[in-house]
Amino acid sequence: MAVVQTRNLTKVFKQGEQGAVNNVNLEGREGEFLVFLGPSGSGKTTLLRMIAGLETPTDGEILIGGRVVNDLSPRERRIAMVFQSYALYPHLTVYKNIVFPLKAQKVPRNTHKEKVEWAASLLGINHLLQRKPRELSGGERQRVALARAIVREPSVFLLDEPLSNLDAKLRASAREELERFHRRIGTTTIYVTHDQVEAMAMGDRVVVLHKGYVRQIGTPTEVYDDPADTFVATFLGSPPMNLIEDTDVIVGFRPEHFRVSEAITDTHKVPLKFHVENIEYLGADWILSGILMGGRFDGKKAVSRLLFGHEFEIGKTYDFAVPERRLKFFDRSTEKKVEARALAWQ
Amino acid sequence: MAVNPAQSSDIVAETNGSAAAAAPPSKPKWTKVKSASAAQSPWLGAAMFAPAVLYLAAIIGGPFVLAVMYAFSDVRIGSTSMHYVGLENFRSIIQSPTFRTSIENSFIFTFVSQVIVLVGSTILAFALEKKFRGRGFFRFLILLPWVAPISLGAIGWKWILDSLYSVINWVLVAIHLYKPYSAPMWLGEPHLAMASVILVQSWRLLPFSTVILLAGLTAIPKEIPEAAAIDGAGFWRTLFQVNIPMMLPIINVAVLFGIIFTFTDMTVVYILTAGGPFDSTQVLPSYAYFTGILGSDLAAGAAVSLFLVPVLVAIAYFMLRVAHRAEVV
Amino acid sequence: MRKLTSRKIAAKVLHWIVLIVFTVLLAFPFYWMVITTFKQNSDLYDLTSNPFIFNAKPTLEHLKFLFQQTMYVRWLGNTALVGIIVVAATLLLSIPAAYALTRLTGRWGQRLGVLIFLTYLIPPTLLFIPLSRVISILGLQDTIWSLVVVYPSFTVPFSIWLLMGFFKSIPRELEDAAMVDGLTRFGAFLKMVVPISTSGILTVVIFSFTLVTQEFVYALTFISPERNQMVGVGIPIFLIRGDVYYWGSLMAACLIASLPIAFLYNLFLDRFIAGFTVGAVKG
Repeated sequence: MAVVQTRNLTKVFKQGEQGAVNNVNLEGREGEFLVFLGPSGSGKTTLLRMIAGLETPTDGEILIGGRVVNDLSPRERRIAMVFQSYALYPHLTVYKNIVFPLKAQKVPRNTHKEKVEWAASLLGINHLLQRKPRELSGGERQRVALARAIVREPSVFLLDEPLSNLDAKLRASAREELERFHRRIGTTTIYVTHDQVEAMAMGDRVVVLHKGYVRQIGTPTEVYDDPADTFVATFLGSPPMNLIEDTDVIVGFRPEHFRVSEAITDTHKVPLKFHVENIEYLGADWILSGILMGGRFDGKKAVSRLLFGHEFEIGKTYDFAVPERRLKFFDRSTEKKVEARALAWQ
Repeated sequence: MAVNPAQSSDIVAETNGSAAAAAPPSKPKWTKVKSASAAQSPWLGAAMFAPAVLYLAAIIGGPFVLAVMYAFSDVRIGSTSMHYVGLENFRSIIQSPTFRTSIENSFIFTFVSQVIVLVGSTILAFALEKKFRGRGFFRFLILLPWVAPISLGAIGWKWILDSLYSVINWVLVAIHLYKPYSAPMWLGEPHLAMASVILVQSWRLLPFSTVILLAGLTAIPKEIPEAAAIDGAGFWRTLFQVNIPMMLPIINVAVLFGIIFTFTDMTVVYILTAGGPFDSTQVLPSYAYFTGILGSDLAAGAAVSLFLVPVLVAIAYFMLRVAHRAEVV
Repeated sequence: MRKLTSRKIAAKVLHWIVLIVFTVLLAFPFYWMVITTFKQNSDLYDLTSNPFIFNAKPTLEHLKFLFQQTMYVRWLGNTALVGIIVVAATLLLSIPAAYALTRLTGRWGQRLGVLIFLTYLIPPTLLFIPLSRVISILGLQDTIWSLVVVYPSFTVPFSIWLLMGFFKSIPRELEDAAMVDGLTRFGAFLKMVVPISTSGILTVVIFSFTLVTQEFVYALTFISPERNQMVGVGIPIFLIRGDVYYWGSLMAACLIASLPIAFLYNLFLDRFIAGFTVGAVKG
């Protein structure tokens, strides 16, 4: 059952200018963790805010639980949202922050305490109930924001880049906590982020957005291994996929598939001579960047990612290759994925 | 990044000397670096604020001490003698019914006008918050009472409230609420006069308070009322439980200023009613003026005006306490 | 397109009603000044005629009277002169002081700043009595110099407060970089900080100037002769001859003195608010 749906959803801020969200069609499934992924300006936050009811669409429909909700206020949509800045009420204690939605929705008084304590214990913040937001750390504030969201037992959770305000170190553990939280609660969640690592790690499905258009909707595997166009191909994966322009196609292959020819066991592989110009040692792996030599890709730049790179030297050329099945092809003018084709490599 | 000039003065000299040739023409001219530490230069600081502090001490501190001295003396305009008379001035003032009326009036004047201003400016601030066409024009008009010199605005009102030609009265008569010549004497009848004075003072302060509250309102991060909307809060709940509590520090500032400006103001009363009729609109500052300058009794005038201070200090204290408690991130 | 719900329409209507009511209440006296300025006396003082319309032709006689037969122009000149000098003095005193208190004196500097601001608790309506003596002892009685000497006492504290808030928002790195480049602390102040503070300084200029034009008690007390008076005191005192109010000219005088200041103020209002909130919200 689709919990959240949008049909041809469009938002134009200024007449005559490019829309922030263009014709988006999507369906969020029950219990799913759906990620809206895209760079800044891609419209992902605007899309989320329209679902929440904080922005009015220029065109199109939004459905929650099968009902068209375009004319409903946020309060009437029975959704919960966690903002990037958490938006905790600074003048209220944690307890009062969490109980606020219960009071606002006129939930019976005698259940308040019980519900707040339930939400707080789910997030492990029972000991913070009497503190004020300014006394809390970033991670604690996020948990309070989540508790405030869950206490109403909404049908949909909306999260707007909740990890971006945290230190890099904290982000990984906070991310893991969120994943566990979602498994425990099972509420349908829509999560907005620009970080493709988060999207891949957390999402059941990813909606990749660029300039207000949906480029692809799929599982992490699908968007990573089978990108619909060059934007998706390069946005996911770090370092980004190598893209090389040919006659009427763009050929793509991921750095981790571009290795020393001998190490590749595939029978069908494309040999490429690789002249190394720069080596970066990142600890867990190595990044080699350089130029392809000879053949139809002579002179084009490429990047390789290896587990072991200490025997390589800058300035030397090596025999590298890419398994043929790992090659991706995109139409040169539309940049969209096309059928694999056979090319003469020499 | 921050290099201590004391230690690096030589290096700076060196590099600047050789860099001078390659330096772009807009680089500041090199001057000899003082040996004081860069972080805090207490002597330079003292030199920079000394003029202001000394001036204020001279023009405010000095006369304040003088005011206290006068209050305990018998100094008059025109005479050069000054003798200590103890609490004599205070005794006679406190016994004067006009003085008691003045204190009463000062409090009523301040309290009522501040309530009107607070409620009015809150409403107006919310109305002005969102952008709309013509907002700048409305803002200009709304600011006029505050920007115009106090006395001139008061004179304008004097004409509007004139006993014979008041335009308000003309309207009241025209809609048959009153018979001709029996419309209210706004400045001639004691209670009405007080109401008029309060009205004009509120009129004058409303724009100022609105501007300050508007600043406080726009300082609330937009996501917080949005979170409240999502949480299910309607208009009134968001207003009273989210917006206003978050604006408390700035409401505080607005009220504090409002009280200071009102309690110590003599202009409105002086222009509109000169304290009349029969001293019914006399307030402390105007009474001090009439006694001290027009009545030539500088000592009594000083004594009257000294009563302003404890009230102001008490108010400031309470305001600061409230501000401390309502601390918002 | 989505239709507006009736709730939203009601909210909009209420919004406009509130705006219009308040604006009318606040601006009406000025509208009234405009009408009165141009109405003939026969029209003004006729109790039977509708005051809202011109029953006789509009006239310039009040303006002529104001400019030709009173000292109005001189008062305007006095006020402008005092304003300019006091603003200059205020800047000279407050800018270095505010900078010193923000950057150079640490925590007790902040406290001193608060103390300076607390001088507002000692109002002109208390100080005017002893000051009147001091002024006459200094021989400045009845001259505009008495005001020039005394007015900074209320423009300086506020300006320091405003500027402190403003300087706090300028990143320290700017001056640090200048000093690494070879400027002294004072040089960095003069050549780096002051030039970027033009908006804060302009705010102080406007605000101080309006405070000068608004002041009443000191001008009333220190100056008696008509030709040396300021416009705020000259109009109520001298345009009312005995018990006769020349309302037409009075209103013209008030209007002309108020409008330019209003325009100026409006231009800088946003900066003023910014300065205000930085100082206030941070406590």
